[in-house]
Amino acid sequence: MNWKLSLNIALTHLLTKKKQSIVAMLGVTFGISMFIIMISFMTGVNQFTEDLAMDNTPHVHIYKSIEIEDKKIVALDKPAGDSNWYVVKHQRPKNELSKIKNGLAVMERIENMPGVRGVAPQVSTQVFYNNGPVQIPGTVFGVDVKKQADLFDLDKKMDLGELNDLLKGSDVIIMGKGLAKKMGVTIGDRVSVTTPEGGNLNLKIVGIFSYGIAQLDQTQSYATLATVQKILQKDPSYVTDLNLKMKDVNAASALAKSLENQLPDVKIEDWETANQSILAGTQIRNIMTFVVCFTLLVVAGFGIYNIMNMNIINKMKDIAILKATGFQGADVTGIFMLQSVMIGIAGGFFGLIIGFFFSYLLSITPFPAGEFFRIDTFPVNFNPVHYFIGLFFGFLTTLFAGWFPSRKAAKVDPVQIIRG
Amino acid sequence: MATVLKAENIKKKFFQPTEFEVLKGLDFEVHEGEFFSIIGKSGCGKSTLLYILSTMDTDYDGTMHIKGEQLTGKTQNQLSKFRNEHLGFVFQFHFLLPEFTALKNVMLPALKLGKYSEKEIEHRAIEKLRLVGMDEFAHKHANRLSGGQQQRVAIARALVNDPAIIMGDEPTGNLDKANSMRVFDIFKQLAEENKQTIITVTHDHDFANGSDRIMEMEDGRILGIEPPTEPTPYIK
Ligand SMILES: Nc1ncnc2c1ncn2[C@@H]1O[C@H](COP(=O)(O)OP(=O)(O)OP(=O)(O)O)[C@@H](O)[C@H]1O
Ligand SMILES: [Mg+2]
Repeated sequence: MNWKLSLNIALTHLLTKKKQSIVAMLGVTFGISMFIIMISFMTGVNQFTEDLAMDNTPHVHIYKSIEIEDKKIVALDKPAGDSNWYVVKHQRPKNELSKIKNGLAVMERIENMPGVRGVAPQVSTQVFYNNGPVQIPGTVFGVDVKKQADLFDLDKKMDLGELNDLLKGSDVIIMGKGLAKKMGVTIGDRVSVTTPEGGNLNLKIVGIFSYGIAQLDQTQSYATLATVQKILQKDPSYVTDLNLKMKDVNAASALAKSLENQLPDVKIEDWETANQSILAGTQIRNIMTFVVCFTLLVVAGFGIYNIMNMNIINKMKDIAILKATGFQGADVTGIFMLQSVMIGIAGGFFGLIIGFFFSYLLSITPFPAGEFFRIDTFPVNFNPVHYFIGLFFGFLTTLFAGWFPSRKAAKVDPVQIIRG
Repeated sequence: MATVLKAENIKKKFFQPTEFEVLKGLDFEVHEGEFFSIIGKSGCGKSTLLYILSTMDTDYDGTMHIKGEQLTGKTQNQLSKFRNEHLGFVFQFHFLLPEFTALKNVMLPALKLGKYSEKEIEHRAIEKLRLVGMDEFAHKHANRLSGGQQQRVAIARALVNDPAIIMGDEPTGNLDKANSMRVFDIFKQLAEENKQTIITVTHDHDFANGSDRIMEMEDGRILGIEPPTEPTPYIK
């Protein structure tokens, strides 16, 4: 079949019926641009909520669980049928239970495992922030500042001050935005904290952070490992948590399983287990996004299908003449497929441009987020992959939509038309 | 003289609205370079026969050979190719592609055949248009031409691939005497000089009387195939 000739005829058809061609094209343009806007925005929102949850969520969390073993110590060796054994009920945990044994050594070992991006050590303790006569309960985390920035982007959550200021002095902390507000303090002020063990320390605030999650911002503060170890009056090897980030998130649960075997005396939790509800939400939103986008493309496809069908009914006479003068079925199919593909490509291309334009507008539109959200404008995800998908599926739908009418055109019996 | 077209026992039935045999077994042969005309009353089946001869209608009984090749039973694609190369057709109602210029209409079958370069095809197309006196309208769109002009362009289109057989269903139906005479002269010349075969259906007895043989039909049968007996004003 002669492509150049078919293309020539297809183009002539499109150009003589400009209005109709443009309407068909606009159908695709609308579908693709809506697809781009929808998917950019929806994935932007998904990304935003996921980041919100994931940024400070370790992929694998290793900690010493404050659960006691269910086995009753004294009952362990109880001979069957002997009623003179005593059983200790309501066993209490030992004092040093929250410490991970050889925490820093374990950390180094895990850090060298394949697929692990990094492990951040942490000492966490419940505290009361003393605000005059009122005590506000909360948590202080002692962290390795550099690792916390690298792995958990804490440096990017700073509203006031710098994360690195933690390294510049001793007895300094950074405080959640909500907590600082509750206490009426800001950078440069001092607060005193009390641990459950009765330890007390006066700390200087050198920064305010906010995650955008009220629950965290109203209770947490961060300090260096050494500072918190000092509050707790523990030695420098005292570590309560190891927070692990993977290179590939999806490898987390596999690693967690293997760690479980290697470290029997600590509790190991991967992010999927810890965040099941968030994951389910993301999944549902993703499914919805794709259903909506797919529907849009199908609607655009139907538009083309209808217009091509009408086009072919109008062109019956021409098809008959072409066939009478020696054009074959495949040539006729080619002519109409080319028309539909050209409509698809031109419409899809404009759709991408318009879609990008409106996504851009959306991305600079102020978002009324309230004071806790770390967000100023609508979250929009500009992912080139979406543009390729849009063009590809736009192209595919036009191929499908054009195929059936074009096949019909190829089957036109010229005699019936020419006979009149 | 060599036989270029041979029809054997051609039968055609329509089933709509009721079963109705239009062609009731036709046998005839047409020779190479012959000017062959078909006449008969309206509705006797002339167009129906011509569609079968042109290979466009494949739904008939009997067999047909053109240039020694049996065309009965070939696929649509094979027939399209054959038509493109060996047959030129002028329809009863002038049929051009309205979106294209007269020139492009003439060029399309040649472009499809792809035997010559585009430049050459254009050149040949203009020559054919000149033959039918339409060269000055070459760049006019087909839907801007009068009925008679369109018919002449359609004739030029039928000639463009230098087919062995040119079939016309009342090719002069829309033309005045002067233009009819012109078409007649062209056909006569093609038959005599290029040895191309002309098969035309016509209601114009003078036109038929200028041809080599006349086949008269009645109710789907052949009444007779005779050379013309009367003189005609077409031949001076
Ligand atoms: N598609 C069809 N279905 C049913 N009957 C048809 C069909 N086409 C033609 N006929 C019938 O077949 C007969 C022959 O028609 P045809 O067109 O061959 O006549 P014709 O000899 O060309 O007439 P004219 O000189 O008026 O063009 C007519 O009676 C017509 O009614
Ligand atoms: Mg007729």
